[in-house]
Amino acid sequence: MDIHEYQAKELLARFGVPVPRGGLAYSPEQAAYRCTELGGTAWVVKAQIHSGGRGEAGGVSVCHSDREVQEAANHLFGQRLVTRQSAPRGKPVYRVYVEETVAIARELYFGTVLDRTTEKIIIITAAEGGMEIEELAASAPEAVQRSVVEPAVGFLDFQAREIAFGLGLPAELIAPAARLFRAAYRAFRDLDATMLEINPLALTKDGELVALDAKMSFDDNAMFRHQEISELRDRSQEDPRESHAADRGLAYVGLDGDIGCMINGAGLAMATMDMIKHAGGEPANFLDIGGGASPDRVLKAFRAVLHDDQVKVMLVNIFAGINRCDWVAEGIVAAYGELDVRIPVIVRLAGTNVEEGRRILRESGLPIITADTLADAAEKSVGALGMSLSA
Amino acid sequence: MAILIDETTRVIVQGITGRIGQFHTKEMLDYGTRVVGGVTPGKSGETRMGLPVFDTVKDAVSVTGAQASIVFVPPPFAADSIMEAADAGIRYCVCITDGIPGQDMMRVKRYMRRYKTAERMVLTGPNCAGTISPGKSMLGIMPGHIYLPGRVGIIGRSGTLGYEAAAQLTALGIGVSTSVGIGGDPVNGSSFRDHLARFEDDPDTDIVIMIGEIGGPQEAEATTFVRQQMTKPVVGYIAGLSAPKGRKMGHAGAIVSATGESAQEKVEILSAAGITIAPNPSSIGQTVADVLNRRGLLATA
Repeated sequence: MDIHEYQAKELLARFGVPVPRGGLAYSPEQAAYRCTELGGTAWVVKAQIHSGGRGEAGGVSVCHSDREVQEAANHLFGQRLVTRQSAPRGKPVYRVYVEETVAIARELYFGTVLDRTTEKIIIITAAEGGMEIEELAASAPEAVQRSVVEPAVGFLDFQAREIAFGLGLPAELIAPAARLFRAAYRAFRDLDATMLEINPLALTKDGELVALDAKMSFDDNAMFRHQEISELRDRSQEDPRESHAADRGLAYVGLDGDIGCMINGAGLAMATMDMIKHAGGEPANFLDIGGGASPDRVLKAFRAVLHDDQVKVMLVNIFAGINRCDWVAEGIVAAYGELDVRIPVIVRLAGTNVEEGRRILRESGLPIITADTLADAAEKSVGALGMSLSA
Repeated sequence: MAILIDETTRVIVQGITGRIGQFHTKEMLDYGTRVVGGVTPGKSGETRMGLPVFDTVKDAVSVTGAQASIVFVPPPFAADSIMEAADAGIRYCVCITDGIPGQDMMRVKRYMRRYKTAERMVLTGPNCAGTISPGKSMLGIMPGHIYLPGRVGIIGRSGTLGYEAAAQLTALGIGVSTSVGIGGDPVNGSSFRDHLARFEDDPDTDIVIMIGEIGGPQEAEATTFVRQQMTKPVVGYIAGLSAPKGRKMGHAGAIVSATGESAQEKVEILSAAGITIAPNPSSIGQTVADVLNRRGLLATA
């Protein structure tokens, strides 16, 4: 789960990471008011979207009066900001963060991830900030430091000091830097984050360290113990097709094709999408209905797939282990009863109770196209697409 | 022989009194798995399907002599159950539970390092379909009837895609020695490499199928072993050629977040190590048959 910059900064500040003073605005007028609240002579107005690369996409501007702040915010609100990291449709701006400006002497990079190779939390830092760490690692790998945290004892003082010295910070900043790094690590660990990035971490002309930008993502599997993080979800930043499915407990990812997919198991779902491509088609979505799917759940999944008007053909591929083909078949029949299904539907059933499932489909009298194998299902779906488009 | 489990393996079910635990205990018993008991804290003295329920894994092991366990405990408590099994002397544990926090699994892996390698429990999963040695024992949630006994080893991250591969083999009359699900999570108990080594040492396995997917370094890490120590042929398939970068595809671990983690890159890495790649998910069975044929092994498979 992703959150906004201002939310990440609030969380980090709670753990003791210094952040600039700022305020959130839901309208241009509120943005102008925020800068009078903050005081000073210059402010940064930042679009709050779930994507990096906002600066170069025009989502961040420095302003010198409340009128400028209001104009900058006015320009951002309601816009869909397309960044290098966002989908081509971009992300809508409904919140703007107004922050005091900081006189920057140096920009650094600080990041934390749960590393899959070492299966430990690692701290990544670089003496140059502002650019993406992948680019920096490619262009100047010697500038990037990695520090592995031993889970039994946590992130140690000496490790934090080593990083601070490695960044070339002056002697009087070593202790505050180490404190900041350890605070950021604690936020990551205690909140079950999967990614934390402070980029840039600024060294100000006043000789202070401050998190100028912050990005955090969280482990969806750990949300049961972090209600306060779950509440930070912003549905406006999600693909509406995905929000609809997620609210019904379905794992769905929206794609750009026209063959809707409903499959059990993530691996089989990916393989089925690959097979559609191999047969010359394009999948409209990834959808895993999961294990033990009841007819009602199948009906919900059907609805989620048809929610996307791009879908011209639907492919159902079930290899039942925990699932039961007869339940899936009942769900499909129910979907025809409840929904206005006007597109060709191809169904491949295999595994537990397959004979019963096939019988239910056959006896329903519905115009369902059945397939025996994965290849057969993909070819029939692409074939049906031709018919559905010419009809 | 097979790897990890056979008809002699004594199994306990952690979470046996839950709805899912009971359902699969029955399925495993029907398949012929030697299930000898179960564990649910606070329910000792009760029975399920004629099997005794114990409060702790230690009690279950001391009374039944269990060697293996299967975990159906809900996500918030599953990591703890795995560590309890490791401490009670269980040799092999399959964790089916989907949804365990990544940091909990990190802690499990760290905890297990307190045991010497030779004494350390082998863990597969979490978020997997389990392990089956067809005709001998099933420690999982798969439809057992789709597997023929035979000489092909399967290691896969995905459950249902593993079924797909097994069904393709069965359609060609080819059987399986053992199929191991390692699970779809970012941090899992054991890796492709661990089980490739077991299959290499198993006299009853002739060839191994590796079914990978996008995300993580595991497939690439396994290639070093394949190049340097594997004498048996390996067939590979990587799911997710059409998956967009940076998106999580169902499995918590199926996300491309670094170089070398996309399906295209993994296919190249595996090919370079001499692994025969199935060009699409429908041709996994045929690719295995072709490799066996070339080696003159098909008749014995």
